[in-house]
Amino acid sequence: MGLKTPLYDTHVAQGAKIVDFGGWDMPLHYGSQIEEHHAVRRDAGMFDVSHMGVVDLSGSRVRDFLRQLLANDVARLKIHGKALYSCMLLPSGGVLDDLIVYYLGDSSYRMVVNAGTRAKDLAWIREHAAPFEVGVEERSDFAMIAVQGPRARDKVLALLPEELRAAASSLGAFVGGDFGSWFIARTGYTGEDGFEIMLPADEAAATWAGLHALGVAPAGLGARDTLRLEAGMSLYGNDLDEDHDPLESGLEWTVAFDPNRDFSGRAALEKARSSPGRRLVGLLLEDRGVLRSHQKVIADRQGAAAMLGEVTSGTFSPTLSRSIALARVPVGVGPRVQVDIRGKLHSATVVKPPFVRHGKPMIPPAQENS
Amino acid sequence: MSNIPKDLQYTQSHEWIRRLGDGQVEVGITDHAQGALGDLVFVEVPEVGRLVKAGEGCAVVESVKAASDVYSPVNGKVTASNTELASRPELLNQDPYGAGWLMRVELDSSAKGAELLSAGDYANSLADAAG
Repeated sequence: MGLKTPLYDTHVAQGAKIVDFGGWDMPLHYGSQIEEHHAVRRDAGMFDVSHMGVVDLSGSRVRDFLRQLLANDVARLKIHGKALYSCMLLPSGGVLDDLIVYYLGDSSYRMVVNAGTRAKDLAWIREHAAPFEVGVEERSDFAMIAVQGPRARDKVLALLPEELRAAASSLGAFVGGDFGSWFIARTGYTGEDGFEIMLPADEAAATWAGLHALGVAPAGLGARDTLRLEAGMSLYGNDLDEDHDPLESGLEWTVAFDPNRDFSGRAALEKARSSPGRRLVGLLLEDRGVLRSHQKVIADRQGAAAMLGEVTSGTFSPTLSRSIALARVPVGVGPRVQVDIRGKLHSATVVKPPFVRHGKPMIPPAQENS
Repeated sequence: MSNIPKDLQYTQSHEWIRRLGDGQVEVGITDHAQGALGDLVFVEVPEVGRLVKAGEGCAVVESVKAASDVYSPVNGKVTASNTELASRPELLNQDPYGAGWLMRVELDSSAKGAELLSAGDYANSLADAAG
């Protein structure tokens, strides 16, 4: 028996297949993972993400603390409620976690961390916060629902009291704010527009039911994974871990190498940056079959069957009707490689993610079978 | 609870067989198996004419979650395979005992097949596994 979110009983009542995820009993799907995926791409779907950790940080030196803790620079946040995506690094440059941090004021920030890394993150944050006299409060009183898809925002707005609607509807991309007892942010993990709502745990079931009544489809972790992979977004534990730095994980763009700021892991990254290493690339399978994590990637040259690297996340893309993956390979590999799928070599094309954005394929879909 | 028709026979590895008469059987995977796999996205069926042996991998079913081998429950020659599944793998989720059939085999009576379970015994083995 794992940990349960405030929506666990709701999931079971809606027929969810429950699986363990980072110690939590979470819905994998409610019948069809592919239909849930399409609901998010075409209309609106909702995910219970209450297993993620919400951490409030406060104190007069909290900004200095976060500028040292995170590889991205919170000094970039100027607008109230603005969010920043960042890695939190070990001195080795390895990724402890990837997270979102919201700027709520000069002495107040809110962080959302992964479920599976929550305990080690909090220990790390508390240890490093102490010298800055920063308060660290885990907000276990919150549930979190992500509502995603082209019609997701309209559905959430319809549930809000009228006096809050205009302000919530004008939230810019990657900005959040307080709306009564809810914190609503225009963020997500699907490549679609939408909101992530943090709300008191005892309001979660009624809100979920209200969204469902408005036609928002419950979606499980299965669809969440295919959606994020189509969007080219990393999953901690697959594409990111303590053994690889952000440069090798497709996240160089999140590292702020501005001068005059030291952050945990910086020295190691400076060193890694000066030598060509491995990078995360997208793969598009040309044959039938499904790319999956840990499959070996091999050079596509006769007589040079050199092992290059491996798939870090792979799946069948419901939007493209073919298999896609992220893989860690040496810089400059491509344009074609071979992947060992169950003992047979299959051709794949190296592409730059995302594969799908705002419902639109970014690369040609598979030819229909004739 | 998964659907387990009384008129079929089953294997521990979640295949079913239907006796068609004239020494022919139809083979597929059970409702429990399709449910555990989740949405199927690729199905590879054997070629007509292939000789299959009991316990040997004869088809591959791949879902969003994982790829799995399907083992032939019988010995014999493949007389038909369900090519419709190449373009419509979801048939296997929707109708595992009907439109989702995998292959038809002409039995080779000289060889001993896999041990087959009745519907009741298969239901019990699922209940035991769920423990």
